[in-house]
Amino acid sequence: MTLSHGAPKPVTLISGYLGAGKTTLVNHLLRNAGGRRIAVAVNEFGALPIDPDLIEQASGDVLTLAGGCICCSFGDDLTSGLVELAARTDIDCILIETSGVALPGAVAQSLSLVAGLKHEATLVLLDAETARKLARDKFLSDTILRQLAEADLIVLNKTDLVSDDARVDLRDWLATTAPRAKIVETAFGALAPEIAFGAYAPSAFVADEPTTLGGAGPQSQSFEIERTVHVARLASMLAAEQAGLVRAKGFLRDADGWKLLQIVGRRIDITPARAPQDGVGRLVCIAHGAPLERARIAAIIQGCSFPNPSS
Amino acid sequence: MTTTIYSARKIITMNPARPTASHVAVRDGRILGAGTLDELKGWGKHIVDDRFADLVLMPGFVEGHSHAFEGAVWRYVYCGWFDRVAPDGKTWEALRSLDAVIARLAEQEKALPDAAAPLTGWGLDPIYFGNKRMTREDLDRISPNRPIGVMHASFHILNVNTRALELAGLMRTGVNHPGVPLGNDGLPTGEMKGPEAQGTVAAHVGLDRAMMSGDERGLRDFARLCVRKGVTTATDLANPLPPDTVEMMLRVTGDASYPARIVPLRRYLGDDARGTIEAAAALAEKSSDRLRLGLVKIVVDGSIQGFSARLRWPGYYNGAGPGLWYVPPQRLAEALDAALEMGVLVHCHTNGDEATELVLDTMERALRKHPSPDHRFTLQHCQLADRAQFKRMARLGMSVNLFPNHHYCWGDEHYALTVGPERAERMNACRAALDEGVPLGIHSDAPVTPLAPLFTAWCAVNRITASGRTLGQTEKIGVYEALRAITLGPAWTLKLDGEIGSIETGKRADFAVLQDDPLEIAPENLKDVRVWGTVHGGRIFEAAKI
Repeated sequence: MTLSHGAPKPVTLISGYLGAGKTTLVNHLLRNAGGRRIAVAVNEFGALPIDPDLIEQASGDVLTLAGGCICCSFGDDLTSGLVELAARTDIDCILIETSGVALPGAVAQSLSLVAGLKHEATLVLLDAETARKLARDKFLSDTILRQLAEADLIVLNKTDLVSDDARVDLRDWLATTAPRAKIVETAFGALAPEIAFGAYAPSAFVADEPTTLGGAGPQSQSFEIERTVHVARLASMLAAEQAGLVRAKGFLRDADGWKLLQIVGRRIDITPARAPQDGVGRLVCIAHGAPLERARIAAIIQGCSFPNPSS
Repeated sequence: MTTTIYSARKIITMNPARPTASHVAVRDGRILGAGTLDELKGWGKHIVDDRFADLVLMPGFVEGHSHAFEGAVWRYVYCGWFDRVAPDGKTWEALRSLDAVIARLAEQEKALPDAAAPLTGWGLDPIYFGNKRMTREDLDRISPNRPIGVMHASFHILNVNTRALELAGLMRTGVNHPGVPLGNDGLPTGEMKGPEAQGTVAAHVGLDRAMMSGDERGLRDFARLCVRKGVTTATDLANPLPPDTVEMMLRVTGDASYPARIVPLRRYLGDDARGTIEAAAALAEKSSDRLRLGLVKIVVDGSIQGFSARLRWPGYYNGAGPGLWYVPPQRLAEALDAALEMGVLVHCHTNGDEATELVLDTMERALRKHPSPDHRFTLQHCQLADRAQFKRMARLGMSVNLFPNHHYCWGDEHYALTVGPERAERMNACRAALDEGVPLGIHSDAPVTPLAPLFTAWCAVNRITASGRTLGQTEKIGVYEALRAITLGPAWTLKLDGEIGSIETGKRADFAVLQDDPLEIAPENLKDVRVWGTVHGGRIFEAAKI
């Protein structure tokens, strides 16, 4: 009995308390799927989890959506729902919209129970206006703080509703409350899909010039790397705050073979990979907000490269 | 229009104005009155039926928190620490060692026709085996080829064999989940804790989720168990109640020979609180005499032994985290608001005292918006409430349904591990509830513990744990109070106390027919009162023939 086909499906978790904008973000990502066939998993079809114009057909626990996407409800049995999704060959990636009080770390652990899935990223949404109040709430404080502490990326939403001073305060507070995470600011849940799902290989690897990913904030830089690099060292430098990026993905040659490198926020994942046909390593870095300086990233790569054996 | 006057050795009416009687008159399935034969003769033409002359009648027991799955679970092999009676009347003997469990499963395995069919057990409670854990290798001894699963009594843990793990794709390294302990080889030991871990293997070992809610045979078997234990009204708490399940339940309970009244509560899940309440209100229209619809259950937190109940400071005795919310507080508020507005009765599952606190705070605000003098909203389990919280329940007009069976089965573990000695003694504080004026029901949560209200009453009266420790002397209640908590008490929480719960004029002719007198027998033997059967709406059901 086979449970899945091919590479494990990446799973992105979208967490955060009610009102943070999870549903708006999910709809935005579905509208900007860029050819990705996304399966959205929700607790239950409540009051309009998906914008009606995106729904092509509804049958039982599955909604068929535009662009080959689907939305399914798992009720109170998340793992059974995920087993079914892992076995589907007609989807590329999975988005789980967790309940407002779920702890994303626990959901991420559940993913390890299902063969054929891979935890890609945990996005925790925060309503910039109400965040501090919620974090002090008598009943919710520890839940909200744990959600933030378990985030790879915090999507600070509704920033259009707060003053610049309040925004700076909030970011300072998050730096201590969510030390694992990097922060992206959005309004109306308009997050670039590359930030939610990562660079979409292979097309993302061919661009040479900085690419704007839609919206004002995000942009990407791609690099071709022929030399052997110290992948772990490169990863830790790219994941540091100063590098200015929120995600990165690369196929790189290390001293002991080819590696797939993924960085989400500060989390680094390095796994053995097959060599590309042309023997050239590639790296895509995605930033949000501050401009991504190509020269700086190039210098980091240079600093992590082994001397070329042929030179 | 036949009037039958039944004589009895004694009738315990639970009607304080007329606590005992020798006769009860029944017409059209309802009670004309309880009293002497002479008093009842005044109702006119009648027949006198002496079949209960040597027996004791009580109002039919009301189980305020059970699951109809108690009927279906008997299709699996019983593996528990206590003797337990199946729907067909067979007593499955207690299994007192891991070897005995394996031996019974192996014996049942031989009877399975299909070589690949799963073998499923339930009711395991290894805490009584000195906490020797069952492993996949233990179950592999039964069969290496057939998927095997054994559900624990608490339903929080499922043990499976290697074949089941293979089918679930879990015989691999790299599993990283607190609910899946790994052996020295880096592979799962076969113990699956919590719903997420169980969800991966449940279907492979024959644990069909559809059976939990919509199983016709299970619903029929559940009623047979009710007859054996004197229960005439039982809740199914809760059920998602999709339309086909509602139709099935209406049809089955509508059979002329169906011996119980079922009260399924619709479970709230998801983000549409108001929609759930509206749907429940619409379901109420479909109610029949023996299927009462329209109530809602909201699960607020997890369980104490699973460390997922929400506890106030200082939290768990062993230092585990604060627990989990199962519903966002804002959705709870929306649901209670809508329910008060529409007059839908809501029961909230709260195990931890912080979950109870949240419901009390939320209820206080909701009542300010929608003053409701007779809402009957009920806290279910509510195992850790303190006196201050019982006082608030009383002020807010709430009822409580406590869980003394749990105290018996797992009180020792709560004392040593989960909440520590002091709070373990005040768990399921029946005395506090009554002292503070909170209407009280007590329950089994069957199949978690056996459906048997007299056993539940015994637990509340004696507060003894499985190891023999008396846990919470001051929270004991008297036998009469306990009998009220298995009749009128839970009937009140379901807004059915005007119809059932006592033997008095106008109520349904629902009786528990007993061979011993619960008020005469020594309180420490209350659980041993023998049940002859029931009368339901005037129809007679003998346990020995059901």
